Parts: sequence; structure tokens; C-alpha cells
Amino acid sequence: MSLAAFWFLLIAVLWTGYFILEGFDFGVGILLPFLGRDNADRRLMINAIGPLWDGNEVWLLTAGGATFAAFPLWYASMFSGFYLALLIILVALIVRGVCFEFRGKVDSPRWRDSWDVAIFLGSAIPALLWGVAFANIVRGVPLNSAHVYTGNLLTLLNWYGLLGGLTTLLLFALHGAIFLSLKTDGPLRPRARALAVRIAAAAIPVATAFLVVTQVRHGKPWTDISATLAAAALIGAVVAARRGREGRAFLGTAVTLALAVATLFGDLYPRVLPSSTRAAFSLTVANASSSHYTLTVMTWVALVFTPVVLAYQGWTYWVFRKRLTRSDVGETSGTGTPALERQP
Amino acid sequence: MVSTLDLSRWQFGITTVYHFIFVPLTIGLSLFVACLQTAWLVKKDPAYLRLTRFFGKLFLVNFAVGVVTGIVQEFQFGMNWSAYSRFVGDVFGAPLAMEALLAFFMESTFLGLWIFGWNKLSPRLHLATIWLAAIGTSLSAYFILAANAWMQHPVGYTISPVTHRAQLTSIVALLTNSTALAAWPHVFFASFLITGGVVIAVAAWHLIRPRAASAADTAIFRRVLRAGLGITLAAAVATAVTGDIQARLMDSQQPMKMAAAEALYNTESPASFSLFTIGSLNGDQELWSVRVPYLLSLIATLDPHGTVQGINNVERAYVKKYGPGDYKPIIPVTYWSFRLMIGMGALAGLLALAGLWLTRRRRALPRSAWFYRTAIWAVVLPYLGTTSGWIFTEMGRQPWTVFGVLTTRDSVSPGVTPSSVIISMTVFTLLYGVLAAIATKVAFRQVAGGLPDETEHAGDQPLPVFTY
Repeated sequence: MSLAAFWFLLIAVLWTGYFILEGFDFGVGILLPFLGRDNADRRLMINAIGPLWDGNEVWLLTAGGATFAAFPLWYASMFSGFYLALLIILVALIVRGVCFEFRGKVDSPRWRDSWDVAIFLGSAIPALLWGVAFANIVRGVPLNSAHVYTGNLLTLLNWYGLLGGLTTLLLFALHGAIFLSLKTDGPLRPRARALAVRIAAAAIPVATAFLVVTQVRHGKPWTDISATLAAAALIGAVVAARRGREGRAFLGTAVTLALAVATLFGDLYPRVLPSSTRAAFSLTVANASSSHYTLTVMTWVALVFTPVVLAYQGWTYWVFRKRLTRSDVGETSGTGTPALERQP
Repeated sequence: MVSTLDLSRWQFGITTVYHFIFVPLTIGLSLFVACLQTAWLVKKDPAYLRLTRFFGKLFLVNFAVGVVTGIVQEFQFGMNWSAYSRFVGDVFGAPLAMEALLAFFMESTFLGLWIFGWNKLSPRLHLATIWLAAIGTSLSAYFILAANAWMQHPVGYTISPVTHRAQLTSIVALLTNSTALAAWPHVFFASFLITGGVVIAVAAWHLIRPRAASAADTAIFRRVLRAGLGITLAAAVATAVTGDIQARLMDSQQPMKMAAAEALYNTESPASFSLFTIGSLNGDQELWSVRVPYLLSLIATLDPHGTVQGINNVERAYVKKYGPGDYKPIIPVTYWSFRLMIGMGALAGLLALAGLWLTRRRRALPRSAWFYRTAIWAVVLPYLGTTSGWIFTEMGRQPWTVFGVLTTRDSVSPGVTPSSVIISMTVFTLLYGVLAAIATKVAFRQVAGGLPDETEHAGDQPLPVFTY
């Protein structure tokens, strides 16, 4: 395997990590208005992802940085081409990031309600747009001979792109619901599980349709297998959720996301950003990559430090493995102001 | 019609200056809080725990805005400066990717552990998490400054004859760039200038209030005030010393920037340093100025009679080297931002010295309301200083993005329309404005809340200290 191919694989792994990890915290944000019946519920949901979401988001920044370092031409064409779409994602991520920090700092229902809406939008919009972006990358975008994007925002909002967006939106919501059933205890837990099954009723047909269209149009023999396994894992996750096997259900949605990303990247390879204008204008692993020296240096850095990062991030998940309940966020009875929200 | 280039430059300027309002306080306050928590663990004095939590909350509000505005920075290179990214990605991408993998993961993960780990980790392990987060923050700054230093003083690269793009030849050269080694301490100490300023302002705000809680709390805030003053004074001296080292590097690496800092049009030896100049706007005519003889020569070359090259002389040399063109930055901007940077930093240091003198007696605190008002409002000085410093160093490099290698004009995204950048610039400016208002409101509430009770943390069933 060439170093460039290795970095293509590594970037696929980073996106897989991002979709699995940030996927559930996006899901929790999306479900906040639907599952959180009162403030204690919502605080419970937010605190379930509290110690984790920021570390999850770094997977995106690392994927971005790795793309810049290993495939500067891919990074340049994609980021400038998807300008307005990325602007919307950035705004959503900015709003969402400060929401978590600011929401509990002022004790007023109006203040909190506004932040809850912001958390919902800040989670749902990127969840949708990442799917739109990846579907379009696989589909190909108009690139000229200099690899410059010649379309606009509406070019990306084609039906296949939107189907991809709907797929990630539903999968992340499902993944988040299952995460909450795994991470919380009390009345929220069965509600989250029941909602997961209802979301699955939409997620299974949409995700299957997206994978089938993807494979028919862009598929390869081995990605047909990964796509089929992704669909099977999704069904398995829902079956497990129905039976109350929350750990297995979560593993199921995680595997679904991993296989879906593998399918998309597999279909893409060896291209990184196909040109729909003319195949010859496409960016590929070979023509978009950095020099051998840079890739060698970055490979050593990645090989040494990725295990370290995985170790301490894994340890974080271990430290916060306990299920949270309403009493953990200072709620003992069903009503009244939680102790911690009282401001001096 | 405005060009994508001008709009992109304005957007980069606005978003970067805004981002750097939060970065230095994150760097300084994370270490400050880590020291407070260490002091608590060593001395077992509950006052330190209360201070750890008090400043910890303020730190988190600041950190949140710093993080989210940092994402924009990473994306912007590709979005607005794709020609730059194509050309330099092989070199410039490496420190950015390293920052994410080595520093940013560390910072975010361990901060999450610190916020939520109060009752889950042993006190020592919990202390380690804030130190690791703080170290991650400073490490992150190093990678970013190494990337920026490469733009100021490109090393360890070659232009590939095949691709005609920059190509990394030595990662060691890139990471040990003399410019980066000089810039990091300067930024690090300037961060403490801001941290000291914030600590002083917070303490003074509590001391001026007559209802300021108990006598015990007043005594704590008096110590905090003294600590803030000490930090500011030490940081001011260290920032000046490291800035001086940078000035000499700049004189040899970017003589145009040095000349532009001083609006020195013609080579002089010895060169005097002008404190203020009133002249024509483009600076080529001086109407009135206050000058310190020999000082510029001394700063730039360490020799009072040393030669400092003038703008016109450097311009002629550059035209010879890089071909016909205008290689001058906007002189009034570099001249005044350079002065503002030094002036604000020096003023903050002098005020801190005065403050230390006025509070030298144990127990007796100054009565005059002016003392406290000055202490509170002086917080803007280091912020103006760091902002001017970045405006100077980035504007002084113009017309280059990578000095001597790539111009700003050639760096902009070819496929991005002006209307797209107008939209993004408007959105960012409005969003950042709203964010500043909300963050200020939240930060004020945290400060006004005063020192938290230590009892909240004691007992059999301690409550989680920092939940959302």
C-alpha cells in the first residue's frame, strides 16, 4: 500500500470515529426537545454527553488537519467548493459548542428554552449537512481542469445528496437515542429505547435506499458487502434495542456508521473528489497528495500518537461509564428548581 | 465591486483578532487555575479550592468561545485561501495536523475529565487533568506559531520543480524555526499580561463593593489582587524582553517589516526611535515627532550606531530580487500598531508596578475609588496590546502570505465569489458580536457570584461541581 493510500485509509478512519462519536452527541442534541420532558431530563441528557462531546469534535478537526497535511489539493478544492455549506456547519457548531457551556449559567426558563432550540438546530443541521456533503463527494461535483469547484450551494442540494443527508440525520438520531438508553437510568431510559425503535422505522428504509442507490451508481463488489453488512447491523441494532439489549444496540449503530463510511470511502477510492465535469479533472489519491517526505513524517506522528490519544480518550469513556440519573443532576423530586441551578 | 481578495482579508482579520481575544486567557488562566488547585492540594487551605472553582468557571466560559472560533480558523484556509492551501499544504498542513492530534485532543479530553471528574478521580489524578489540559493549550499555541513562523520566515522547504508547489524538506527545521522559538515565549508571556489584567480586574471589582461578603473573602481578594499585579508586572517585563529578541530577528529576516514598524523611509545609522509622529498619512513626510536617539539601532541591532535599513532601500532590493512590484505594507497601520503594542504593554506593566506599591502594606487597602476603577478598566490595555501585536506582525508581512514565496493576492480562493464572502463575513461578524455580548453577560454573572462555598464540595455525598 502506498503512503497516500494509507492516508486515505487513515482519513476514512478519522471520519468513522467522528461519525460514531459525534454522531451520538449530535443525536442527543436532536432528541433534546422530544425526549426531554422537563429541565431535569434535558440536563440529564446534556450531562450524559457533557464530558465527551468536545473530545468527539476534535475528530473532525483532526480529519480536517490530516486532509490539509496529506491531501492539500483535496482540502483546498473541497473546502472552497463547499463554501456556503461549510459556513452553515461552522455556524451550527459554534452555536452548539457555546450552548452547553452557557445554558446552565443563568437561571431562567426563557434563557434555557432558547439554548435548547439552539442545541437542537446546532445538532440537526450538521447531522444533515455532513450526509449531503459525503453523498456529493461520492457522486462527484463540478470541478474544472484546475480542480476548482464551479457549482454553488444548490448544486449540492440534489435529491441524492438530500437522501444522504436524511440518512445521517436519522442514523445519528437513532444512535443518540440508543446512547441515552445505555447511558441513563430512570424514566428516560425506556422512553429513549422506545423512541429509538420509532426512529428506526424511518431510518431503516431511508438508509437502505441511500445505500442501494449508492451501490447501484458507484458501487464495487467489496463495498456491496460492506453496504449489506451495514444494513444488517442496523436491523440488528433495532432488534437488540427492542429486546432491551442496549449495549448491543449501541454497538450495532456504531458498526452501521463505520460500515457506511467504509462503503462511501471504498466507492470513492482511488479518487478523493471526483469531477462530474470530466473524469480527467478528478482529484485522486495520487494527484492530490503531499510529497513522500511529508507523508512519511506524518505517518510516524500518526503511528506514535494515535494510540496515545485512543488510550486516554478510551479512559475518559471508562471514567464516565456509569449511568446517569436525575439525581445526578441535582434533581430528587419531580418538580422544583434543581439545587445546582440555584444561582447565588 | 469589492474583490474576493479584500473581503477575504477583512474576514480573516476579523475572525482571527476575535479568536485571539480568547486564546491568551485560555493559555494563562488554565495554568493559573492549575497552580491554584496545586496550592490547594499542597497547603490544604480551602481558600485555594474556592479560588480554583471561581476562576475555573470563568476559564470555561472563555474556553468555550475560544474553541468554537478556533474551528473557523482551521476551515478558513481551505474555504477562503484555497490557492494558498494548494501551494503550501505540503508544508503548512503538517503543524496544523500535529496540533489537532498532539495538542487539541489532549486539551479537550482532559478538560472534559477535569470539569466532570471532581468526584470520580482521586485528587492527584484530577489535578493532573487540569495540568495536562493546560500543557495541551500551550503546546497547541506552539504548533500554530510554528505554522505562522513559516509564513514569516519560511525554512525547511523547497519549491518542487514538478508541481511548482512548496514541499517540506525538514520537519525539524520547521519546528525549530528561530522565528517560532522567539514568537512562542512572546505570545506565552503576553497571555499572562492578559491573565494578570483579568485577575486584577476581578479582584478589584469585588474589593470596591462595600457589601463584598465577609472579611475573610476580602482578605482572599486582596491576595488575588496582589498576585494579579505581580503576574502582570513579571509578564510585562518578560514580554518586553522576548519582543526585543524578536525585533532583532525581524530586522534580519524581514527588514521591510522593521522599517515599516518605524516608518523609516531611508537607511539610517544610527537610527532614532520615534515615540509619536504626526505626518502625512502615507508617512513620507514628517511634520512633528518625539524621538529617542540611537534607540532603533539598539533595538534592531544591539549596537547604538548600527544601521537600520529604510523602506525605500529595502524596496529597491526587493524589486531587484522579486521583480517589479510594490513590496511595502500599509505604513500607518504598521507604524501605529507597533507603537500601540509596545505602549499598551508598557502601560499595563507600569500600572501594575504602581499597584504593587500602593498595596504594599499588609491589611491596609487603598481607599480611593480611582485605584479600583483604574484596576478594573486597565484590563483593556493588554487586550489592545496583543491585538495590535498581531495586526502588526500580519500586516507587516504584506504583500506576502509566505514571505518572499507567495503573495496574498495569489493566495485567495479562485472559485469563491465576492457575494459568498460578503455573506460569510456578515454572518461571522453578527454571530461573533452576539456571542461576545452573551459571553460577557455570563462571565459577569460568574464574577458577580463571588467565591463559591467550599462546603458544597465536602460531606459524604458531594455534589458535582461543574455540571452543565
